[in-house]
Amino acid sequence: MGGLDGSALPAALADFDCRNNCLAWLGLQQDGFADAVARARARWGAHRVAVLMVTSTSGILQTELAYRHRGSEGPLPADFHYAQTHNTGSLALFAAQALGLRGPAWVVSTACSSSAKVFAAAQRLIEAGWADAAVVGGVDSLCLTTLYGFNSLELFSPEICRPWDARRSGLSLGEAAAYALLQRGEGPGDAPAGEPAAGWLLGTGESSDGYHMSSPHPEGVGAIAAMRQALDSAGCEAAAVDYINLHGTATPNNDAMEDRAVRAVFGDAVPCSSTKGATGHTLGAAGAVEAAVALLALQQGFIPGGLNCGERDPALGANYVTESRAAPLRRVLSNSFGFGGSNASLLLGAA
Amino acid sequence: MGAAAVEIDLLGIGLAGPGLPGWEASLPVLRGEQAHAGQPTAVPPPTCLPAAERRRAGLAVRAAIAVAEAACTHAGLAPAALASVFTSSSGDGGNCHSLCESLAAPDPLVSPTRFTNSVHNAAAGYWHIAVTGRQASTSLCAFDASFDAGLTEAVMQVLALRQPVLLVACDAPYPQPLQAVRPLPDAMGVALVLAPAGTVAQPLARLCLALQPDAGEPVTDCTDAGLGALRAQIPAARALPLLAAVARGEAARIVLPGSGAGVGAGAVRLHIDVNGPA
Repeated sequence: MGGLDGSALPAALADFDCRNNCLAWLGLQQDGFADAVARARARWGAHRVAVLMVTSTSGILQTELAYRHRGSEGPLPADFHYAQTHNTGSLALFAAQALGLRGPAWVVSTACSSSAKVFAAAQRLIEAGWADAAVVGGVDSLCLTTLYGFNSLELFSPEICRPWDARRSGLSLGEAAAYALLQRGEGPGDAPAGEPAAGWLLGTGESSDGYHMSSPHPEGVGAIAAMRQALDSAGCEAAAVDYINLHGTATPNNDAMEDRAVRAVFGDAVPCSSTKGATGHTLGAAGAVEAAVALLALQQGFIPGGLNCGERDPALGANYVTESRAAPLRRVLSNSFGFGGSNASLLLGAA
Repeated sequence: MGAAAVEIDLLGIGLAGPGLPGWEASLPVLRGEQAHAGQPTAVPPPTCLPAAERRRAGLAVRAAIAVAEAACTHAGLAPAALASVFTSSSGDGGNCHSLCESLAAPDPLVSPTRFTNSVHNAAAGYWHIAVTGRQASTSLCAFDASFDAGLTEAVMQVLALRQPVLLVACDAPYPQPLQAVRPLPDAMGVALVLAPAGTVAQPLARLCLALQPDAGEPVTDCTDAGLGALRAQIPAARALPLLAAVARGEAARIVLPGSGAGVGAGAVRLHIDVNGPA
């Protein structure tokens, strides 16, 4: 993304200045989100609104650049702000301060599954009565660690990424900030904070593969468990899901595993697609980006077609949609999986 | 306590820190019968890790797994059945430093293992591989409040899952130059097995927790000066006042700073009544 390198942050947040927090700030200014949070703060109280953020690499680009400039044994620059930029928790500190919130605040960092997991964590806090609302979201920005790291694992596509395509050869990186405001409420039809809901969090599922640090379990045992749990926690039958937004990174392994897992839970009828052909893989932000896509699909009544899939992989049997089409949707499942064998699924419902 | 106070039981503890070589061995210091002595942290080898993973795991991962294993043994529960919450301020500092060094080279070459180990959930990933654990796992960071955040999330998980949950808080120091901007004196790991109240007949302690607006009640420090210094320096050591109260086996009120932003008016503290109201 352009325009992230000059500081756009207000003076009070100047110590947080880094690419990741500039992207976080830009995201907070979109779509009236900060205003909606301000209304929630006024309604519930600043201490009753939790801030659960996700990032995989926070502002580590700042540190990488400082190492480049320090010479072999030199110190980090005097204006290096570890807590506000490098530390994985920096994003939650930043968002809490930027939004004036005082509820429980932390970063979940389970690689690429994390920003689905903050929805579940927020739901737990609200159900336990420890919060009435929560700002959840994910922000990840480009850094050398991910560029050289994914390259070392040979997970990058040399061309644009092609989820579900027979010629898919890896992922494309993206940058994103995506947020949601969750508030206590009774379910579809209810307007909990006096304003209409964009949708409902119906169910969540979380699991571990316990298999390998950087490869998914080939049979998708963890993915299957996460999807089933999301359905069970909502008391929802598989047949009642209208569309699945896949993790769909376009790595050969992920798409093969996920196809198997989706068919094990849903059979091969439910329409599904990966929107990473449009956004790239935004890592820690991906779960929140795709929750937003799922909510838009529910609101607008459409199934987004997966881009760049010219030659569908005949080995994959799920009902993969490549052309966007109108469809009335009531329930959408969103999958997010990550390094360390971490899996999460969200079940979202129409308002 | 407030309306949202929740009760849970503590079933097992794992501990490794400077001068704190395991839960049982640390009881005299935690009870105040012996002064804390600043010995370097001894991390027992993580026997549950397969050989290949043991070679790849850094200090932060090994310390986290060692205390996780100890806490499960102490609780008498099979690790594979437990959902887990890992929390760390730093992740694997040594690995982070090596990556930044590699990336500063004119023609950077990054080892795939270093990259894989750089994810904040590396310890959780290795743990679930080691015990073939397929339950949910999360990995958190809240800078100095990482233990407070981890405890909060673990308690929420116990309530939601209605089954025991493993909490692992672990920090390990950075080499220079990061050590200068984030001084952590040594590695420290604390693991707690938490369970719904009444899971076993005799838990180590019953904990009643609530978030409370700051009413000027001081955050609980350690009576021992050495332990107090650790508490101030290592995020995972914020568990020490709680561990000291459990070691004494008496009723106590522990106030943790909490993970929310801010101090003074409007700040929210995490209150823990150990073994009933003090």
